[in-house]
Amino acid sequence: MHEMALCESLLDSMRDAARTHGFDRVKRVRLVVGCFAGVEVEALRFGFDVVMRGSLAEGAELEVLDEPGTGWCFDCSQTVDMPDRLSACPSCGGERLRPNGGTEMRIKDLEVV
Amino acid sequence: MHRTVEIEQAILAKNDAYAARNRARLGAGGILSLNLLAGPGAGKTTLLVETLRTLGGRIPAAVIEGDQQTANDAERIRATGTPAVQINTGKGCHLDAHMVGHALDELELPPDGVLFIENVGNLVCPAAFDLGEDRRVTLLSVTEGEDKPLKYPDIFETADLVLLTKTDLLPHLDVDLAAIERNIARINPVARIIHTFARGEGGLGGWLDWLGEARRERLAGLAAESEGRASRLRAVAEALP
Repeated sequence: MHEMALCESLLDSMRDAARTHGFDRVKRVRLVVGCFAGVEVEALRFGFDVVMRGSLAEGAELEVLDEPGTGWCFDCSQTVDMPDRLSACPSCGGERLRPNGGTEMRIKDLEVV
Repeated sequence: MHRTVEIEQAILAKNDAYAARNRARLGAGGILSLNLLAGPGAGKTTLLVETLRTLGGRIPAAVIEGDQQTANDAERIRATGTPAVQINTGKGCHLDAHMVGHALDELELPPDGVLFIENVGNLVCPAAFDLGEDRRVTLLSVTEGEDKPLKYPDIFETADLVLLTKTDLLPHLDVDLAAIERNIARINPVARIIHTFARGEGGLGGWLDWLGEARRERLAGLAAESEGRASRLRAVAEALP
């Protein structure tokens, strides 16, 4: 359950952004979480509510945008669509795929006042 | 008035910055650093203890031990004569780069040696956190079954080396070794796989060879970096009027 640590890191980044961009409250947070980023979105939402309590983002809306997965196929040497971690290559049927897209988790933007 | 502020940075940007700092510090010390990852009970500490005993000081080493509670593991390491620092993460399920930075403040790093960082026993969370290490080594004991790599892919996907531990138990187990290796290769086609066992003699050979080779590559890489910097500085100095 490292989602709690992710939320704490997110709060740190928002505090930094509040100083840099001069705002007091965060109303909405938009995150991009790739399907291979190793994040359980429900756990992230739970952690978000707990960690943001009493902070500049208390009660903020959390919007999670997903990012589709792609992978490198070691059998036919190209990037292919990879809907889940154990998908086979749609082009050659090979099973040796390593994700190369949808691996990120990043803060996209904040709606602030 | 509502407005939107673009951020576009990794959620773990802070961790990544600490990791970069650790990496620079370890590089300056000529250190090969390994992040050891595995579920609880895979045999990380036992493998480390036996590795350090077998090396008998031939490779200068230090250890950072991560656990939620107790200093037991650091004590086991110190009993081999190797300096060790224990990090207790409390409720935390993984080490992060900030904790490792603090441990580095306390630990006397052996110049040009090896730092082993034993992560918290957990097959999930530690995978997400860069500590500033050079190589990731994931351990899987043969008693854990064939399909762990498929069930917990993240920890295998980022590994440079997968150590299969406790292979001396294979005759007593109903486990398909080829299937374990196939599943690792499916998740991570480029990881090396080496068999080990830590009880008795002769179970660490392949791992110690890998370690020696990784250290040689690390030192050669750092030397090449320094030579590159030296020749650049020399060229600038020679071009001065």
